[in-house]
Amino acid sequence: MTYIAKPKFAHPNLKPNSLGYTRRDYEGSVSTLCAGCGHDSISSAIIQAVFELEIPPHKIAKMSGIGCSSKTPDYMMGASHGFNTVHGRMPSVLTGANLANKDLVYLGISGDGDSASIGLGQFAHSVRRGVNMTYIVENNGVYGLTKGQFSATSDKGSKSKGGEINHDAGIDLVGLALQLGATFVARSFSGDKAQLVPLVKAALLHKGPAFIDCISPCVQFNNHNGSTKSYDYVREHNEAVNRMDVIVPRNPIHVDYEPGETKTVTQHDGSILSLHKLAEHYDPSDRVAALAFLSAKAALGEIVTGLLFVDPASQDLHDGLNTVDTPLNELHDKELIPGAKVLEALNASLR
Amino acid sequence: MHQIAAINDFVVKFANVNGSGSASANGLFAKSIIRSGVPVAARNIFPSNIQGLPTWYEVRITEAGKLGRRGGVDLMVAMNPQTWDRDVAEIEPGGYLFYDSTKPLPPEKFRTDITVVGVPLTAICNAKYVLPRERQLFKNIVYVGALAALIGIDLKVIEDALSEQFAAKPKLIGANHEALHMGADYVKANLKPLGLQVRKSDQVGDRIFLEGNSAAALGAVYGGATVCAWYPITPSTSLAEAFMGFCDDYRTDPDGKARFAIVQAEDEIASIGIVVGAGWNGARAFTCTSGPGISLMTEFIGLSYFAEIPAVIFDVQRGGPSTGMPTRTQQADLLCAAYAGHGDTKHPLLFPMDPRECFEFGALSFDLADRLQTTIFVMLDLDMGMNEWLCEPLAWDDSKNLDRGKVMTYADLEAGRDFGRYLDVDGDGIPYRTYPATHPTKGAYFTRGTSRNPYARYSEEGSVYVDNMQRLLRKFETAKTLIPAPLTIKAKQATNDGVIYFGSTAPAMHEALEVLETKGICLDAMRVRGFPFSDEVMDFIANHNRVFVIEQNRDGQLRSMLINEGQIDPMKLPSIRHYDGTPITARFIVSEISNLMGAPATRIPEAAE
Ligand SMILES: Cc1ncc(C[n+]2csc(CCOP(=O)(O)OP(=O)(O)O)c2C)c(N)n1
Ligand code: SF4
Ligand SMILES: [Mg+2]
Repeated sequence: MTYIAKPKFAHPNLKPNSLGYTRRDYEGSVSTLCAGCGHDSISSAIIQAVFELEIPPHKIAKMSGIGCSSKTPDYMMGASHGFNTVHGRMPSVLTGANLANKDLVYLGISGDGDSASIGLGQFAHSVRRGVNMTYIVENNGVYGLTKGQFSATSDKGSKSKGGEINHDAGIDLVGLALQLGATFVARSFSGDKAQLVPLVKAALLHKGPAFIDCISPCVQFNNHNGSTKSYDYVREHNEAVNRMDVIVPRNPIHVDYEPGETKTVTQHDGSILSLHKLAEHYDPSDRVAALAFLSAKAALGEIVTGLLFVDPASQDLHDGLNTVDTPLNELHDKELIPGAKVLEALNASLR
Repeated sequence: MHQIAAINDFVVKFANVNGSGSASANGLFAKSIIRSGVPVAARNIFPSNIQGLPTWYEVRITEAGKLGRRGGVDLMVAMNPQTWDRDVAEIEPGGYLFYDSTKPLPPEKFRTDITVVGVPLTAICNAKYVLPRERQLFKNIVYVGALAALIGIDLKVIEDALSEQFAAKPKLIGANHEALHMGADYVKANLKPLGLQVRKSDQVGDRIFLEGNSAAALGAVYGGATVCAWYPITPSTSLAEAFMGFCDDYRTDPDGKARFAIVQAEDEIASIGIVVGAGWNGARAFTCTSGPGISLMTEFIGLSYFAEIPAVIFDVQRGGPSTGMPTRTQQADLLCAAYAGHGDTKHPLLFPMDPRECFEFGALSFDLADRLQTTIFVMLDLDMGMNEWLCEPLAWDDSKNLDRGKVMTYADLEAGRDFGRYLDVDGDGIPYRTYPATHPTKGAYFTRGTSRNPYARYSEEGSVYVDNMQRLLRKFETAKTLIPAPLTIKAKQATNDGVIYFGSTAPAMHEALEVLETKGICLDAMRVRGFPFSDEVMDFIANHNRVFVIEQNRDGQLRSMLINEGQIDPMKLPSIRHYDGTPITARFIVSEISNLMGAPATRIPEAAE
């Protein structure tokens, strides 16, 4: 495999956003994933979300671990800096990057192997630490890149392509994220762009750890009968709790909801999440109820999708550390070095 | 009976029970002697637990300024019944035993060739104090007072130190002064001064008494570090804690906002991951750890090497392998640090010799990390890290700016400068980098641990890979010119023998050189201060027939690196290794070198080599 630069040509119909960027400006190199891979659909949803939110591409830092999923940051936002780190360790690198410059938008992309197996610890700790990030797990229930082994999110009893049965309990990252204190928790499906794009937008606008578990069938190794992460299985068992729109504060607010079916949530930056309820009695502001709902549906074999929980008044790691407003990587020598005088006083105290 | 008589040149060892509050009393004892103008080398010897197990504090009082561990004990302050027998056995013949004589001990518990000095510490304290905790804590001050009277420390000096120590709790000052005098008064009324005496002197000068870990942490502050991620491990923990303290003092805005971020991570992998992420994003970041942590960090260190991301690791070495001797000292992480990572990797190391250099190299490491865009290790050890050492005062040149290395700016990119993240434009192997978000359309690149071309694009082309690996070697060559140069002490007479040493071995080595000289053994001595080794190091070896390499590990790790990097004939480098977990002594070095010098000469390299 070598790098393939995407041919740059201006499509006359490409409409720029208000910053003057066209959707093409948010694209990256040509994907080298298998045709039909769910991960590519997620990339496309992310590109759409960032384009619609009118985030200047260079203000995004794309971080990932290792895996087919973790390759995708290269396939989006070519004008952003990206970092393909080591297997399972994206969360710590993202945390460090975020500490260095709180002003960028941090997008972490990972796989189920990357986050639920080797990287479960880092996933958990970055979430509980409250890192301001959008953390997307492209969950296919297998190790795609190493050719189809079960991952820790494979459901117990599900079958591999070779017919092998998984005997280990599956890890539900959504449940974990809720328990660990994520302030935005959602699940979606790579094949459901209408649901996914607004979720990614809302997550990007959210302050604090925003987690999206995105089921993303691996056409190569996990899209057969017996797999609970295949296109067909997910379509048949999808239980969406809501559909949403995201209204960014800078846009005039007009919401086309039907009263009684819609709940609006205003996030810290003033953006409004307008949730069109599908499931009855579902309230995304109740962490405990979300966990209970999730477990009840899981017992029925249903996969709950949508925005499961959001805390609009969330805080992040920088709030906890009370860091200065200037990004740490922009501080000058004068603000960093106490100087010779201080040292003299210190010397005197050490005699 | 022979009694050792010495003025300002003897060793006192305190045997205590961990957690009994003795540490601060013992520190007070050492500080009072320093304030009397007499240099002191003090070392804690402590177990890996919090309470109950034995701990020792060894104070070498040395007017001549010999700051290495001497070995042997002239006065044992035996406060721990558990270790009584071995403590008593350790006293030099003619030496002194100080003990709590409240409970009588059978004669066989003593030795006849030493002077026994009993003070009924418990009885004195029980008569005065009611609370058990008070009895315990003041007992420590009472023995300091008694010792002061026995060896001639001016009580006023101790009183002043106590007043400073309790400045925030003035009520305690009087109580401590009283306890001090209770001990001294008992001695004056019942005992004679010992043959070991402290006399006021002027040999301390403006030196300071400081732990290497604190000094290194302060170096990180002065080096501009803003991000610290760490995971607790002895003996490095106090480095992170000191950094917190200094940042609170020097990096906090009046409104309480922090110009730093410190994260206690979930493990060492996350610690180094955070450091790498921050370094990638243009902040100066470090972690501090010890051997087990380095083992865990290895994959990331390789990433930092290959993707060229600045990082600083303070490795406060302890006894390995595995959990080894977690509270003992060694210099045994050299190889694992220098070549950390799979594939062909190597990393610059700095070898400070004392707290002063911990500060200097601590600050320098961040410039080097940015300049070389790689991980820099600062190799401390438990001995210098966790003990207060007497060292030159810390100094800073205010005219100096931090060196951020090769960073392309918005203006550079606007001006149309060609940006290739892995492009060697200057021939020194160091490419330019951009911080994320520098420019809306130029200068972005994708960082990865996989092979890529000079423009950061994925490539597994053999020639592209080889070119990049060669460039990394060129960069390592450049590093040789940036690492602190070695320092040489020439023998008084021309000699074909040399010795190479580094780090905390320095004080013992310097003392050994003097002793060897009196025995007619002349050695040129070189202290290496970092890796990669500069040409000077290799020239030094080339210019001598035989060069002893002194280190505190089993396998002669520095020697292996010299042989490996310099293509040196191993026969030319006799190895002297001290690795029982205690700091190396001049006595040990002198005896080893004397033995090797007396032994048949090692093979002289032939001309063809
Ligand atoms: C330390 C380490 N161990 C093993 C691997 C091999 N490896 C690469 S990707 C991967 C699994 C990826 O699975 P997942 O995160 O689910 O990504 P997917 O390919 O399914 O999108 C493994 C085990 C590695 N790169 N590094
Ligand atoms: S192997 Fe599976 S996960 Fe990887 S690119 Fe192909 S379809 Fe996608
Ligand atoms: Mg996977």
